[in-house]
Amino acid sequence: MSAPLDTRIVGHSVTRLEDRALLMGQARFVDDIAFPGLLHIAFVRSPHAHALIHSIDKSAALEVPGVHAVLTMDDIAPYLADRLLKVALPSPAYRQELHRPVLADREVVHVGEAIAAVIADSRYVAEDAAALVFVDFDTLPVANDCREALVPDAPRAHHGAPHNIAAEFDMGYGDCDAAFAAAAHVFKDSYWQHRGVAQSMECRGVVANLDMMSDVLTMWSSTQTPHAGKRVLCGLLGRDEDKLRVITPDVGGGFGPKLVFYPEEAIVALAAQMLQAPVKWIEDRREHFVATTQERDQYWDMEIAVDAQGKIQGLRGLLIHDHGAYTARGVNIAYGSAAAITLPYVIPNYFLDIKLVATNKVSVTPIRGAGQPQAVFVMERLLDRVARELHLDRAEVRRRNLVPGAAMPYRTPLKTRGGMQVVLDSGDYPATQKAALDQAGWDEFKTRQSAARAQGRYIGIGIANYVEGTGRGPFEPVSVRVAENGRIHVASGAAAMGQSTKTMLAQVVAEQLGCDMDNIVVVAGDTGAIELGMGGFNSRQAVMAGSSAHAAALKIRKKILLVASHMLNVGEQALEIEGRVVRLKGGGAQVELAEIAKAVAGLPGYYIPGNVEPGLQATEHVIINDMTYANGSCVVEVEVDVDTGLVTVARVVFAHDCGKMLHPKIVEGQIIGGIAHGLGNALFEWMAYDENAQPVSNTLAEYLLITSTEMPPPVEFVHLESPSPLNELGIKGVGESGVIPMTAAVASAIEDALASFNVTITKVPLSPPDIIALIDAASRTGA
Amino acid sequence: MDSAGETRNISLTVNGKAYSKAVSVRMTLADFLRHELRLTGTHVGCEHGVCGACTILFDGLSARSCLMLAVQANGHELTTVEGLSNGTDMHPLQQALSDHHGLQCGFCTPGMLTTLVELLTDNPSPSAEEVRIAISGNLCRCTGYEGIVAATLDAAAKMRAGATT
Repeated sequence: MSAPLDTRIVGHSVTRLEDRALLMGQARFVDDIAFPGLLHIAFVRSPHAHALIHSIDKSAALEVPGVHAVLTMDDIAPYLADRLLKVALPSPAYRQELHRPVLADREVVHVGEAIAAVIADSRYVAEDAAALVFVDFDTLPVANDCREALVPDAPRAHHGAPHNIAAEFDMGYGDCDAAFAAAAHVFKDSYWQHRGVAQSMECRGVVANLDMMSDVLTMWSSTQTPHAGKRVLCGLLGRDEDKLRVITPDVGGGFGPKLVFYPEEAIVALAAQMLQAPVKWIEDRREHFVATTQERDQYWDMEIAVDAQGKIQGLRGLLIHDHGAYTARGVNIAYGSAAAITLPYVIPNYFLDIKLVATNKVSVTPIRGAGQPQAVFVMERLLDRVARELHLDRAEVRRRNLVPGAAMPYRTPLKTRGGMQVVLDSGDYPATQKAALDQAGWDEFKTRQSAARAQGRYIGIGIANYVEGTGRGPFEPVSVRVAENGRIHVASGAAAMGQSTKTMLAQVVAEQLGCDMDNIVVVAGDTGAIELGMGGFNSRQAVMAGSSAHAAALKIRKKILLVASHMLNVGEQALEIEGRVVRLKGGGAQVELAEIAKAVAGLPGYYIPGNVEPGLQATEHVIINDMTYANGSCVVEVEVDVDTGLVTVARVVFAHDCGKMLHPKIVEGQIIGGIAHGLGNALFEWMAYDENAQPVSNTLAEYLLITSTEMPPPVEFVHLESPSPLNELGIKGVGESGVIPMTAAVASAIEDALASFNVTITKVPLSPPDIIALIDAASRTGA
Repeated sequence: MDSAGETRNISLTVNGKAYSKAVSVRMTLADFLRHELRLTGTHVGCEHGVCGACTILFDGLSARSCLMLAVQANGHELTTVEGLSNGTDMHPLQQALSDHHGLQCGFCTPGMLTTLVELLTDNPSPSAEEVRIAISGNLCRCTGYEGIVAATLDAAAKMRAGATT
């Protein structure tokens, strides 16, 4: 247990600001926005993974009553500064430019790529008419599998491209050749984690409206990055910054893909401008499967060198990353994977060759975890292999290799994508693992396993460690303002999508300004409320926006106390802010926050009390360039039915350290949600494509999300708190940590359950037929 | 409003209030509730009956409003999430979901609530397993369902205590 907190709001599981509206049906998601005369868009999308477009005939669609326009690239190009969406993060690793066109007009490179936008009185009519748009295609061979696409004469994902390599680079340090030559043991294997779909329960959606009085174009988008979206749109449409506003309404889950700027956002905004009418597009679930970015297909060929005691001497190999059809974000996922694989452990020599391969599938950008789950899967599989080969306990092999607590802060030889050194800032990884093992009863499990086997049951236990880079900088601004009615208004570029961002900001501010959560109003994700912003991704907002909120609140607090001391004629030290007043500590004279706000707003011809700058407002952009690294150890127990292949997850133990917890219940909620996602990646979620890169799991009846009946009993948590030295609040991010170790831990547990069959697991997900095939194959070779 | 095709007049009761309206015969019940009656608390997550976000109570029974047409509701009595409370005090289930962090983004929540109201009407003392089975047709990507199950057990206990006092 942690020591009693000296804070009243921060660190406590207070009621969320978001809950009441969501529970009462009063929340406002993008599809809840309505305008008189609202028009609706349906997109004509490619049915082919790869084809040239000869012609587009929209005449029949235009004859449908209620259709206002059918837009193709020819129609929109005159209004666009660029036909392409150039949003790629910078990197010297690119080998070709693969920017998305706003609408495809010459070539389509994945099923679902948007070709035309049909705008009509209703979505029903728009879909009728979209079916009547005739596109004459000439189909082309496809790049389906990213490994096959690397072969020199493989079909190109893009017609006329010199090859399919989108980007390539390597990462490493030390002398791997020497280390491998000298090592007592070298083990080699190949691993694959499969692609998946984000499946936020709310799909994407956009509404745009041009206000004729102000000439301001407003776009409401279910996005994680409103400020980035505004920058792209301003450039694309040539609008001044004060003539464009992007607002995120309530967002029904993000999980990564909503951080990307999409063609549909450009089209809806442009259509509202062209037609001078409010326009809406809501992605349906079928579209989500083919038009929203996906992630996780990575193939790793890896070798690990260890000494006789299982101490790692070197790690090397090749990572082939499916980049999808376009560069919609960058090389960031593969970069993150390459860094993440090393982080929990002391690895003296490392080399990874990394190739990002273009395929005719939906573009790949981060989904919760962003390359880290794959890396952890590979590393933990390798360590299980070492344990098995050297007849060592799996946890013991890890203990021998984890970065020791005394080494913190640990300067790794790695650099982030922006060139900053990767320094593991705090934590005790071996202690975290021990906490998980103790909670799980790791050492006693063998006895339980033997007893179960005597009853014909196959149970297993597995472990995985992770270190997650969180709090991606450099900043996230927050402004705090006390209004003249005493209400405290907080605005941030941080974007809320279900992670309790508004509650988090309100907690940090309330702690300094009266501890009354009901007195705080938060606006997150509105470019009209604050000038700069980055948004929600990379488990960054509590760290970055939280730090700025803290700094802004402290500044306002100081000013409030100074002004109050003049108004009450007492020293500042004698005062405290309690609720909506400043008062003498212990009671007595007091002045309301509202009165202070009015006083500093000034009166013509009178002094402002304390001669302070006018207004009670502060905007802070706390800059933190270095990432803060959270860590954890997950133990999973499973039972495998060897006749049907059914895997039941019986237990999850999660020991972790995300620094100081701002709100323990929210922290646990984030982790449990990530665990559920990771269990899906381990056992259920399969984005199926046929050999022509045609997606064939296109409904939620085919693409399986974990449901309540597959979830294990309540997760057993052990919370460790090593404050990050990088920010005032001592916090680290936590939004992705749950998902990161899950495929590795489940694979480890299944392999343990099936140890008597001597199976080796090298890929996920594992469906019941996969389990049966593993048992059958192992029985054949092992017998 | 769908500008093409046939319309029909329907009369129905939603959350205790009577409505009579002309609707396109092909309009789904979910779209009718959301866009014609402006009861946007009911959410549309998949439009193929799997996710459960659009679940409402149809004559007291849970139903997927994305799989029904508005005209099928003619003469029936519906309850949506907006009708679960009196608009001021939360229903015990709503309060419990907040207390147990049984919602994050909240998009699936209206469908969870209507499904669970039906469960607690049929079975005031469900086990955790029975709660899990009841919501196994409602997808949530945020919570891992744990808080929802805990909240339901808590709400059921409070509702039982309330019924006896």
